[in-house]
Amino acid sequence: MTKLSTKHLLGIKELTADDIHLILNTAANFKEVINRPIKKVPSLRDITIANLFFENSTRTKLSFELAEKRLSADVVNFASSSSSVSKGETLIDTVNNILAMKVDMVVMRHPNPGAALFLAKHVNSKIINAGDGAHEHPTQALLDAFSIKEKLGSVKGKKIAIIGDILHSRVALSNIFCLQKLGAEVMVCGPTTLLPKYIGSLGVKVESNLKKALEWCDVANMLRIQLERQDVKYFPSLREYTMMFGLNKEILDSLSKKIVVMHPGPINRGVEITSDVADSNQSIILEQVENGVAVRMAVLFLLAGRV
Amino acid sequence: MMKPRIILDSKHIEITVTRLCHQLIEVHNDFSNSVIIGLQPRGIYLSKRIHTKLSEILKTKKILCGSLDTTFYRDDFRKKELVPNATEIDFIIEDKNVILIDDVLYTGRTIRAGLDAMLAFGRPNDVELLVLIDRRLSRHLPIQAKYIGKTIDSIASEKVKVDWKEVDGSDKVTLLSND
Repeated sequence: MTKLSTKHLLGIKELTADDIHLILNTAANFKEVINRPIKKVPSLRDITIANLFFENSTRTKLSFELAEKRLSADVVNFASSSSSVSKGETLIDTVNNILAMKVDMVVMRHPNPGAALFLAKHVNSKIINAGDGAHEHPTQALLDAFSIKEKLGSVKGKKIAIIGDILHSRVALSNIFCLQKLGAEVMVCGPTTLLPKYIGSLGVKVESNLKKALEWCDVANMLRIQLERQDVKYFPSLREYTMMFGLNKEILDSLSKKIVVMHPGPINRGVEITSDVADSNQSIILEQVENGVAVRMAVLFLLAGRV
Repeated sequence: MMKPRIILDSKHIEITVTRLCHQLIEVHNDFSNSVIIGLQPRGIYLSKRIHTKLSEILKTKKILCGSLDTTFYRDDFRKKELVPNATEIDFIIEDKNVILIDDVLYTGRTIRAGLDAMLAFGRPNDVELLVLIDRRLSRHLPIQAKYIGKTIDSIASEKVKVDWKEVDGSDKVTLLSND
């Protein structure tokens, strides 16, 4: 395997296990590159990449931009708040106008599920999905898998619990697909109101007791409550949620083994995870961020290989 | 049909490696300010042999040896599929005398990429190139090796294949030609 089976990165669902292994192995090479005194390689110096962010983002946007710059690509940035989208331009028109300026690849985050797929069908460019609504966030799942592999040696056979707001989380869905393709066991845990109806069809274990989920797993991936996507109340109060599903030092220390704690960020300290857990030596939250750049470099490098 | 012709067998390779080591010692003495870097993917077997032999002759374990991958610096990226390999350089090459090692010097493009890749680890005092086989009539770039195992005159349709015991089962260099 030296190339991906796909032209775009729209979601983990479209990738094969071989694709994922290729991305993770390439990312390991890039992790070595970004720890060199000179962190830049000239691989994509003939490529121009547009970062289109129709939704707010700090980590993902910065991470993609750094990844692109460390590959020597030319980068243009776009944020919907300061653009002609507010003047009524359609998505296809916006993107085709940007492509007319000779852009080779598009990295897009959009609030609507399926936006990346839609774009891939209608414009002539390589599309990388940086999160589409509550659908998928493939690079996050890849960097989570990379971090687990780095910490535990492999993903295969490991038990991973995804805890929190599963219903509104694109991270959860991409993670489930990715971890299952790599041979891990996945459990979701959260208030019943925040689990999707179709969760049974995904082949994951479902648990509503935090302590039981933590006792079962090797890795706990804590998700944020996505208040901005919640149009109705799904639980009585944040305080009650924290009491039932918040990870604190007391629960963590009461477990029979040392588990690894992950969080895709942004963290709401004191809600889904307490500060002492987020900053503890069991947490690999900042490693996830570092690995994010390496994984995105691998994705860009492998997709650009087919320009 | 490619006809194989053996240019170097395992005994010859051993003699050649020993000779190259002595040539290196003439210039680098005890290697206190010199480092060896093998180019991935196929140069590392030669660099490891040279490193082992040098350590044996000089009776030291202090000679630094690393491996360098050139994939991200190549100019033919996107013309063919390339797989990156590990770079392992856990020393600083600033002001050091670097000996770059590869198995075959052909167009010179890999060495060009290797020189670029190496500069990410510092500014060396001096860089030399050592190769087992020099295909001297096929250069695309003004690059020459200082230490050469064997020089051969070959044309573009011919192929030089270097086998190493570690990965291919035996040590030999073969010339494959079309006639």
